[in-house]
Amino acid sequence: MAAEELPSEFDVVILGTGLPESVVAAACSRVGQRVLHLDRRSYYAANWASFTFNGLLSWIQQYQEEPQPKEVQDWSSLLDEGEELVYLSNPDSASISNLQVFCFTSEEDEEEAQSSDLPNPTEEKAVNEDTDVKPSADSNEEATTEKQETVGGAEEEQLQVTPTEGEEQDTDKPHLSTAQSQLEPTRKRITYAHLVKEGRRFNIDLVSKLMYSRGSLVDLLIKSNVSRYAEFKNVTRILTYRNGNVEQVPCSRADVFASRQLSVVEKRKLMRFLTSCMEETEEHQAYSGRPYLEFLCDQKLGDNLQHFLLHSIAMVTEDTPIEEGLAATRHFLRSLGRYGNTPFLFPLYGLGEIPQCFCRMCAVFGGIYCLRHSVDCLVVDKDTNRCKAVIDNRGQRISCSHFVVEDSYVGKKAAAPRRLLSRAVLITDGSVLPSDSDQQVSMVTIPPVAARYPVVKMVELCPSTMTCIPGTYLVHLTCQSAGSAYEDLAPVVTRCFHTPDSPDQENRPSVLWCVYFNMVDGSGVELEGHGLPSNVYVCSGLDSTLGHEYAIRQAELIFQKILPEEDFCPPAPNPEDIIYDGENPSTPAGEEDEDGAGEEGKREQSQTQE
Amino acid sequence: MSLQETHASQSMFLLDTHCQRKEGILDEEALQVTQQLLSSNPDFATLWNYRREILMHLETVKEKDEVQKIYEAELAFLESCLKLNPKSYGSWHHRCWVSARLPRPDWSRELSLCDRCLSLDDRNFHCWDYRRMVVKVSGVPVAQELGFTDRLIGSNFSNYSSWHYRSTLLPLLHPESPESPSPSHEPPQPSPSHSPQTQSHRVCEEQLLKEYELVQNAFFTDPNDQSAWFYYRWLLGRAEREEMISCVYVSRDEERVAVAFSRPVNAQSVSLLLVLDGQPQKVEWKSVHPRFKHSPVCICDLPPGTISDITNEHNLTVHWTEKYTHRDCALYTGRTESWCRDSATDQELFRSELSVEKTSVLQSELQSCNQLLELEPLNKWCLLTIVLLMRALDPLGYEKETLAHFQTLKEVDPMRSAYYSDLCSKFIIENTVLKMEYAEVRVFSITDKNLTTLCHLDQLLLVTHINLSSNQLQQLPPQFAMLQCLEVLEVDNNRIENLEGVYHLPKLEEVLLKNNKISALADLQPLASCPKLRRLDLRGNPVTQAANIESELTALLPSVTDLLL
Repeated sequence: MAAEELPSEFDVVILGTGLPESVVAAACSRVGQRVLHLDRRSYYAANWASFTFNGLLSWIQQYQEEPQPKEVQDWSSLLDEGEELVYLSNPDSASISNLQVFCFTSEEDEEEAQSSDLPNPTEEKAVNEDTDVKPSADSNEEATTEKQETVGGAEEEQLQVTPTEGEEQDTDKPHLSTAQSQLEPTRKRITYAHLVKEGRRFNIDLVSKLMYSRGSLVDLLIKSNVSRYAEFKNVTRILTYRNGNVEQVPCSRADVFASRQLSVVEKRKLMRFLTSCMEETEEHQAYSGRPYLEFLCDQKLGDNLQHFLLHSIAMVTEDTPIEEGLAATRHFLRSLGRYGNTPFLFPLYGLGEIPQCFCRMCAVFGGIYCLRHSVDCLVVDKDTNRCKAVIDNRGQRISCSHFVVEDSYVGKKAAAPRRLLSRAVLITDGSVLPSDSDQQVSMVTIPPVAARYPVVKMVELCPSTMTCIPGTYLVHLTCQSAGSAYEDLAPVVTRCFHTPDSPDQENRPSVLWCVYFNMVDGSGVELEGHGLPSNVYVCSGLDSTLGHEYAIRQAELIFQKILPEEDFCPPAPNPEDIIYDGENPSTPAGEEDEDGAGEEGKREQSQTQE
Repeated sequence: MSLQETHASQSMFLLDTHCQRKEGILDEEALQVTQQLLSSNPDFATLWNYRREILMHLETVKEKDEVQKIYEAELAFLESCLKLNPKSYGSWHHRCWVSARLPRPDWSRELSLCDRCLSLDDRNFHCWDYRRMVVKVSGVPVAQELGFTDRLIGSNFSNYSSWHYRSTLLPLLHPESPESPSPSHEPPQPSPSHSPQTQSHRVCEEQLLKEYELVQNAFFTDPNDQSAWFYYRWLLGRAEREEMISCVYVSRDEERVAVAFSRPVNAQSVSLLLVLDGQPQKVEWKSVHPRFKHSPVCICDLPPGTISDITNEHNLTVHWTEKYTHRDCALYTGRTESWCRDSATDQELFRSELSVEKTSVLQSELQSCNQLLELEPLNKWCLLTIVLLMRALDPLGYEKETLAHFQTLKEVDPMRSAYYSDLCSKFIIENTVLKMEYAEVRVFSITDKNLTTLCHLDQLLLVTHINLSSNQLQQLPPQFAMLQCLEVLEVDNNRIENLEGVYHLPKLEEVLLKNNKISALADLQPLASCPKLRRLDLRGNPVTQAANIESELTALLPSVTDLLL
């Protein structure tokens, strides 16, 4: 953006373009507030963004680099009488940690790779900021849980965390790559070069969520007409990992009918259970406070159904109380059948589209957008303890009545240990459960692989979701962290996929490339407080649940605090319904305006990624 | 433009097009105008007709390629109309018409249009109709169509259309093999041409077993879904009974012949030939009751004196000429009556109405239904199917269970309790007929069984004594007149209001009607047609309260000597 001066007066200034911030921006702009929406990053959607493959590589690189301490400028010259400055914290670069990248496919075309027999070591980069992870402990653990004794040891270690200081790890690499090429002599593999070449066709999400068809995000998209900016695809099947196999979970009526793994009696029991749990019954109340699992056990459903109901439909753990389990089951069932045979939708081109759609709506109604633009400090009235204005990183004073900020700018004064999410993104060469159609979008629930391990949610996206190239699948794994992302998720990856760590699983899809990282789980961060003025609101970022309920509820709460009298995201008129008075077509809601904003955003994003 | 303005201008347009049509203007401009009108309301038959006139005219003046283009444009326009209203009669009909006239039709495109429509609404019968036409004309292989029903049923099995379509495809694709023993008397005719007319409607056993599994998956998944149950009933099958004369009865006293058929016939038009001692007789066949034209029993009176001499022996043959079947009956010296009939087994009599499946198959089906009933003890479809399976297997052996299930059915589905009562009555009567067959008696008795209706009365042609006391009967229907041999009728303690069926019963002597609901003298009128009636018990009927009832009854029924009021 050109270094033009921004208007110096707004109603609402919002810093950060994640989902809740963008929804607040759209909602405020929609009811006539003057909105300035900023992000210090060069792309939209903050940690909710989607990247091309190359974009993701630069994102990774950015997190590898040492964050340069920013010098704090003194803007006190801009203060008036009775005002004081409150500096925002440095953007918290630790919101992403334990970044580790592995490439299991050959660097160049097949022949070259074989002759060089060394996958480019620079691609096997692994970055870790917490170097206290002990590889040896990890491999022991592996050995006890899986039959990896023979291959474990050395390989395990050399694939394990590579500290940034770079010690002694490169010794075993040739061994690894030859083993790899011997294992897969026939299959024509997609090379790393190919991934990079076709990188623009990937849309890799940082967060992995799905939209419940009757969840608050879908309702909001419909209510506000923002849905017109995006397209969606149904998740086509629910899978689960059980007894070493990936199985389809029958959840809709059609699934139950067609299922081959259930007996007719099980079919009846399952359908009856699903129907009966929609209503609160006395039987449910009798179990009040006890675990959902106990209730399921007493229904005499059998192991099959119990597994499906607990892990794949309610998606809760064995100690979840019945109230929560039933609520989750109902949420799942209510969403079923609205758009298809599963309760979930996925936006084409990735989840990063959703915050951008709301930004677009905001821009259509006059919101102003600046990327690579941040706020340094707040101007606070000493008497009222309200934020009167913000001072941006260029020293411009912009007055505002409300300020919304993403939580990474708010200091880590609360010393409470932050919860983390473990994430893995895999590019694979096949589906975990091949079927007639190779365009399945699958939600896979994976119960803890062993004691102490977390429940993992896996989403497998096919090329028709416009997130990966033909011949590949994009797999997202998410769980609440127990250790680093690698520690939490690698055991699942080796069980479900064919990697150098699991060479015996030749019938499973191969992992071509993968990245592990931890993100901060912000659910729990308060909207207000943090020693900030009363008209400053903090968006807490990501949460670990599958749906978007948390983010949307948060956005709505913030909006209600800002504008308690106003309707939250009323329907935007259709462009063709807008009546221009007289000959003055320059009314605010011009479509050109909107396209400009959206396109600009995308252009900026792609520039930075190249 | 406001809505009203739009409306007004449309009416103007309409008026215009009317005039143009009258004037015989058949040009492309008219095509444009009608298109504009139809695109806002595609259910305007007159305009479609006008369009067809124009198109047919254009066909005569344009080159073939141009015609193809015009019709293709028409199809595209129709598609937009169907988007507006996917159930528009006019649009679908017009599409049929256009597709048939298209010089180079693209049937695969039409099929995919149907698929799209059905994926939006899988019960759109307009689309189903159109699709059938497309499939027929374009000759889509039956196997592919069966796959299509697989797909539709897979995505939503609550779909009568798909199940029904399946029932028409299966016999074509998997016909019953001719050597397999078939309880149905008509041997299936395997035809290589796969034409449905000559084809048996049965399916080969291997495929049937697969279908049983499929449909069981459906009703175990959702036992309240009717479509699967109906398909199941179709699978279990129903035999056509052989058309035959099941009984010939001749009575010397009345000089009357009664003939019972395996199915109702129209007495006036049925082609019957009566041969008496080698001589064809010209007789008038009639139904047993004037209100009952199609009857399984026909009667005729022989010319007076032909068989009245008790010392003569007579040989009688009734030919059903159109069916090439006949039945003989000999009336020996010294006998006043004679009959000839099949000793029918339960298999032939009633079981085939329910299923033609083999016992082993039925037994395993009964087992899985019982399994479902254990999980869903109150499911009416399951209960009813179990009843039917039990009847098909062993009606007498399962009598007790059947009655208990009927009781449950009436409780869980009170809206249809009368239907269940009637069905239960039917089964009780069938069982009693079977028992009577085995005992070879001419007495028929069902008392205190809550009968609500009477049926299978043709099976009672030879019964002389019937006791239906203490039931819930409300009438003796016209069919009752088939009991040509009846001498004693006991129907005490019912709710009878109507005696229509007690009509021209030549041998009837006693009618016991104690405690019923006969309220008017006119209701007793039919009894006057029974010449031998001498004992009538009317105690406990409202009619007995009327003034002068005794004298009026004596006048109405002079033959009655023993009247109880």
